[in-house]
Amino acid sequence: MADPSPCAVEARQLGLVFQTADTPVTALSAVDLTVARGEFVSFIGPSGCGKTTLLRVIADLEQSTSGRILVNGVSPAEARQSRAYGYVFQAPALYPWRRVLGNVMLPLEIMGVPAGERAGRARHQLALVGLEGFEGKFPWQLSGGMQQRVSIARALAFEPRLLLMDEPFGALDEITRDHLNEQLLRLWERTAKTVIFVTHSIAEAVFLSQRIVVMSPRPGRIVEIIDNPLPAAGRTLDARDGAEFVAVAHRVREALRAGHSYD
Amino acid sequence: MGRTWRRIGPVATLVLTGLLAWYGLAIGLNAPQVGERLDGLGQPWGTPALVLGTWAMERPVLPAPHQILLEFADSVWGQALDSPRNLLFHAWVTLESTLLGFVLGVLLGVALAVGVVHQRVLDRGLLPWIIASQTIPILAIAPMVVVVLGSMGYPPLVSKAVISMYLCFFPVTIGMVKGLRSPDPLQLDLMRTYSAAPAQVLGKLRLPAAMPFLFASAKVAIAASLIGAIVGELPTGAQSGLGARLLQGSYFGQTVQIWSALLMASLLGVVLVGAVGMVERGTARLMGVRP
Repeated sequence: MADPSPCAVEARQLGLVFQTADTPVTALSAVDLTVARGEFVSFIGPSGCGKTTLLRVIADLEQSTSGRILVNGVSPAEARQSRAYGYVFQAPALYPWRRVLGNVMLPLEIMGVPAGERAGRARHQLALVGLEGFEGKFPWQLSGGMQQRVSIARALAFEPRLLLMDEPFGALDEITRDHLNEQLLRLWERTAKTVIFVTHSIAEAVFLSQRIVVMSPRPGRIVEIIDNPLPAAGRTLDARDGAEFVAVAHRVREALRAGHSYD
Repeated sequence: MGRTWRRIGPVATLVLTGLLAWYGLAIGLNAPQVGERLDGLGQPWGTPALVLGTWAMERPVLPAPHQILLEFADSVWGQALDSPRNLLFHAWVTLESTLLGFVLGVLLGVALAVGVVHQRVLDRGLLPWIIASQTIPILAIAPMVVVVLGSMGYPPLVSKAVISMYLCFFPVTIGMVKGLRSPDPLQLDLMRTYSAAPAQVLGKLRLPAAMPFLFASAKVAIAASLIGAIVGELPTGAQSGLGARLLQGSYFGQTVQIWSALLMASLLGVVLVGAVGMVERGTARLMGVRP
């Protein structure tokens, strides 16, 4: 389909205030952000900085209360209804009564993909995340890292051009997380999707993204947007020991500190 | 010894204790009558005669266990299957309306739960009525149901099934409302990211997630359905069914017959609940529940 907007996400003076029982809570304040097609952007910040909320606003799982936001050139609600994005949650959120293949086929069933095509497309996505041979397993038979890979395959199954990931590896051990980071980077290189990635790991953000959006709490806002000069192509985990990588990580850390995020 | 005993030991001990207590109770409750009868014979009598007498009366206040078992065995194996003296015949009549009422009750219960979960109006407006409906004693409603449906030309099977349905939709509704609301927020958010229609969320998420709740409710419901069927047979002057058998027994003071009908009813209940449990285990296997 023709899509005139070159931007995956465009937010201007975006704000969100939650009405709680006692006082209103400002979750997002004056957020200005543009994410280009094909970019890999990370949101980083301490708990309560609104990074997950911002992602959920993009996904139309929350609604902003001020400012404006466009996703693929249309409102988040329209983007959601046109199934513009795949979303990966903090937990795998697999349906325990479906086998691995059935879980990946779920979005295809809902979106009315012909029954004959579903299994093939789901198998293809499972192969992309390195899970051939596990199609017939139930989720509980898989490790946490494998479950999260299934949920990534599920998000990719209907081939959205935008992938929204909310701390997808937060609950995994470091070794598994490193491995999945590398796989995700390769996946992004191959598929040229736009990825918006929420994390609170500096190393993860610098390793994965082209731009790092540093956020700060009370009220949730963007402190700084840092460009990552490291070339993504062929980047391996060893790059994290390089001087350039350390320098970028240092800048991110400085920005987080500037946001008084550890008060 | 060791392992087998540990498995059956506690059960055997309980059963034995129960039987002993029962025999003792039978002596106490039947002794006055037996004593009168022995006095009437005009001969001196001892304790053994009294005790044995209390366990062998034709119409005891409380029949001894072996009397019930003998009557039970005779009325199951000693009579033609289509004879009204055969307990299996009566059990079958009751079973038919139990199952029909159960199916109707589960369907009604699930339908109400789906409505309550999807419509705020029903949640607020319907649930109090559902709860109120269960505070009316079934014995007060049963005769009216039988009379009304009977005058409309429905066979007794239908009116008994309706009474069963009335009793057993309630646990299903309560269980399913909880079950349909059991998916966690992420599982629901996922459906929202797909812009899934409410019917898809119901079919692919809420109903599968509610299965454990459905089966827990169904076990309560099928027992309630059996009670409903038996109660439905009491006020109708029905000629067949365990309820009718109970009523006949009490008309003629046939306590042994009453107790053996009760035994059949409880066996039927055990079998029905066990059958639901089997279906539950089969479903759990299909749904990949961790063994």
